[in-house]
Amino acid sequence: MMGLETHAGFGSPPREEMESVALSDAPSDYRSAMSSSLPAIATAADGGDPLLSPPAPLSSVPSSSSSFLDPPSYADVVFSPLDGQNGAAPDRPSLCRDFSFLRSDRAAASEYARIAVSDPQKEQDVVNALVPGGGTYVTYLITSWTRAGVAEFGVRRRFRDVVTLADRLAEAYRGFFIPPRPDKNVVESQVMQKHEFVEQRRSALEKYLWKLAVHPVIGKSDELRVFLQAQGKLPLPTSTDMASRMLDGAVRLPKQLFGEGPAGYVMPQDAVQPAKGGRDLLRIFKELKQSVANDWGGAKPPVVEEDKEFVERKDKMQDLEQQLSTTSKQAEALVKAQQDIGETMGELGLAFIKLTKFESEEAVYSSQRVRAADAKHVATAAVKASRLYRELNAQTVKHLDTLHEYLGLMLAVHSAFSDRASALLTVQTLMSDLSSLHTRIEKLEVASSKIFGGDRSRMRKVEELKETIRVTEDAKCCALREYERIKENNRSELERLDRERHDDFLSMLKGFVKNQVGYAEKVANVWATVAEETSGYA
Amino acid sequence: MISPRSPPGSSSQSPRSPSAPPFLSVTVTDPVKLGNGVQAYISYRVITKTNLPEYQGPEKIVIRRYSDFVWLHDRLAEKYRGIFIPPLPEKSAVEKFRFSAEFIEMRRQALDIFINRIASHPQLKQSEDLRTFLQEDEETMERARSQETGIFKKKPADLIQIFKDVQSKVSDVVLGKEKPVEESNPEYEKLKHYIFELEDHLAEAQRQAYRLVKRHRELGQSLSDFGKAIKLLGACEGDSLGKVFADLGSKSELLSIKLQKEAHNLLMNFEEPLKDYVRAVQSIKATMVDRANAFRQQCELAETTKLKEINLDKLMLMRSEKAMEAEIEYKELKAESEEATRRFETIVKLMSEEMVRFQEQKTADLGLAFHEFAKGQAKLANEIADAWRSLVPKLDACSPSLCS
Repeated sequence: MMGLETHAGFGSPPREEMESVALSDAPSDYRSAMSSSLPAIATAADGGDPLLSPPAPLSSVPSSSSSFLDPPSYADVVFSPLDGQNGAAPDRPSLCRDFSFLRSDRAAASEYARIAVSDPQKEQDVVNALVPGGGTYVTYLITSWTRAGVAEFGVRRRFRDVVTLADRLAEAYRGFFIPPRPDKNVVESQVMQKHEFVEQRRSALEKYLWKLAVHPVIGKSDELRVFLQAQGKLPLPTSTDMASRMLDGAVRLPKQLFGEGPAGYVMPQDAVQPAKGGRDLLRIFKELKQSVANDWGGAKPPVVEEDKEFVERKDKMQDLEQQLSTTSKQAEALVKAQQDIGETMGELGLAFIKLTKFESEEAVYSSQRVRAADAKHVATAAVKASRLYRELNAQTVKHLDTLHEYLGLMLAVHSAFSDRASALLTVQTLMSDLSSLHTRIEKLEVASSKIFGGDRSRMRKVEELKETIRVTEDAKCCALREYERIKENNRSELERLDRERHDDFLSMLKGFVKNQVGYAEKVANVWATVAEETSGYA
Repeated sequence: MISPRSPPGSSSQSPRSPSAPPFLSVTVTDPVKLGNGVQAYISYRVITKTNLPEYQGPEKIVIRRYSDFVWLHDRLAEKYRGIFIPPLPEKSAVEKFRFSAEFIEMRRQALDIFINRIASHPQLKQSEDLRTFLQEDEETMERARSQETGIFKKKPADLIQIFKDVQSKVSDVVLGKEKPVEESNPEYEKLKHYIFELEDHLAEAQRQAYRLVKRHRELGQSLSDFGKAIKLLGACEGDSLGKVFADLGSKSELLSIKLQKEAHNLLMNFEEPLKDYVRAVQSIKATMVDRANAFRQQCELAETTKLKEINLDKLMLMRSEKAMEAEIEYKELKAESEEATRRFETIVKLMSEEMVRFQEQKTADLGLAFHEFAKGQAKLANEIADAWRSLVPKLDACSPSLCS
């Protein structure tokens, strides 16, 4: 698989050379994943650094470099042992295995050179110790290396911190395709202790953080940096802090309804945020009313989603999502079928081994010994083939994983589109507000003009409303700006998605196909030998 | 080959010229469904080609059904004790499956092998029942078949008995049961153990082989589904990449077909021979039952005869009138006893010849099955490699997104 990343490697040798200087501390397995042009590197550095000389198992690499244009047989390329180096060291989980779909040039653009999640520890939650099931939690050591300063940071975080990070990012980066975070699990503390679960989560966290790091915008965010580098407690407001504002909101609602205090209008600075459950109950009601009005026709909403291109793309995204879902499912079925055939082949081999042993032991006639020898050839071949199927499958899983990744990304796309929709809704609501305010003023002025000398109280009211209009106009401008901003984010992200998807899918197909070819060739060789050995019976 | 000594223009009905090798070859072919509803059955054409004088002509075609083959098998089993009668394919229990193309083909192949094994067995091929089977018209055949009663069939109880003999002599003694009379031949004991254990190993291998057939089919199906899905996914992509997706999907569907073909090949040429091997071992077990019965008979008669002899001597000594009668009885019994001994010894002799034949035959059969298996797998793997490899230049030609 590493050999198959030759494109990125050969396409940009200068960058790889830079990498080789910067990553003197990084373990060799990461290097080998991100760069396959080791021969090129070896010339750049003076061979002093042991990391740069190709590690022994990678015997395939020299051949792939010289034969890039004309690979002799994928069988060799495919068999560069991935698992050989990464080995069992638990505190140095491998990066390279999981990111086959990430192009190394994207990785090279990130601020971070590498992120590793390791060393899960159980800790006691002092505050909640009395709450049943709330006593212990797991923390992970999150180590990161920056590209610029070659600095290494290590912090301890728990899953709740990850949720906080994700929530804050979702608020701050509306309109962007933010990689979805790993699932919260509603688990009892028993499950949490299970080693497998912890390992799954550790791996998922690592993938997630790395995806954030290679995102062109989010990778540069303060939130991420603070998460990775700030020691001690995570200095981001948690969602419980946000929830405490619910109390604020509940208190404010009556005042808003009765038009006292901070009047029932949206402050400009709030217009740039979606209406939040806790704080802005009144605003939520209004926007809900507006969306109903939108849906049920009536007067045409003032700002309509006129971007036809966007609507087209949205439909395309929906179609893509559908196809991704189906293909992802079929990919899983394919993987299972490959696994099954490998298993059964192995069991067949075992059955023949037992038969061979039995016939050899009990042989009375020479024909039995011949038969036992024949059976042994078949048995060995079957076991070999079984192993090859298993390896093939492990690789297939990694390649086709791209499908699952993009399917997951569709969630992020949905989020980004709904950011846009809610921003639009805010604008529309404010415009409705303005129009109704104007109407009220008109009515008051008309009524007032009928009274000789004017109506003091009415005129006062009109002044108040004019003030409200002024503030609301400001809010509308902010909301409109925010909406345009989100639209732009959507557009640039869609473009990025199309570009990256093209590359990742191409890479996936290449990997999948070359993998199949390589293993099929190996399996064919195994059986051709047996066919040859038994050709006397034909 | 006609020797120059035979008169020119002689038909093969004339006495066989000494240098023409005798041959008898049979083909079972053309399965046809006949009848309606519950009574429906499959009939086969059995074509016999021979130059043997015992047969009615150089070629004969008859129509036979499965129960006719069963008749032949049972007749041979009854008349040729000691010989491992070639096994028949099983009667299928499942109604729905009975007329599936696959089942019919498997059965036809097995019946063809069955009849040819008989036709090439040195003793069996001389059987009159075989000639009846190959030549008589359908009505005669039906009459013969309906006369068949169940008495020639092996009872399950016999097989269980022999199994018990092998397994536990000790328990019988412990339970105070009278020990069944059996041979104390260590070589034969070893053979019995061998046969029983061999059946287990073979059955397991056959089970896995059948499962492997199913796996091929499943993989084929999933490749087909995957191919379709990939094509649809590709439709969402841009031009050059979309085309590659479509090609990949097509290849996947193509390979699905190849996998189904190989699954069928695997079934007919690997799994079926293994099943046939299992059946052959079961046929040996049936012969073992015959042998055990013959032995028991021989012992019983020998004992009875001895008693009769003692009694006769007594009577002769006493100059009794019954001596005359007793002598006649004794002589009859003695003849029977000798006959039983002869029968038993024939079985023993035949069995040892058959064992040699069996081992050699099975090595050849299994060797061929292995060869077909390996050939099929190699061919499939090469087809897979070729199909995927053809996509590589297209994939490599597809540029990264900069100029999509």
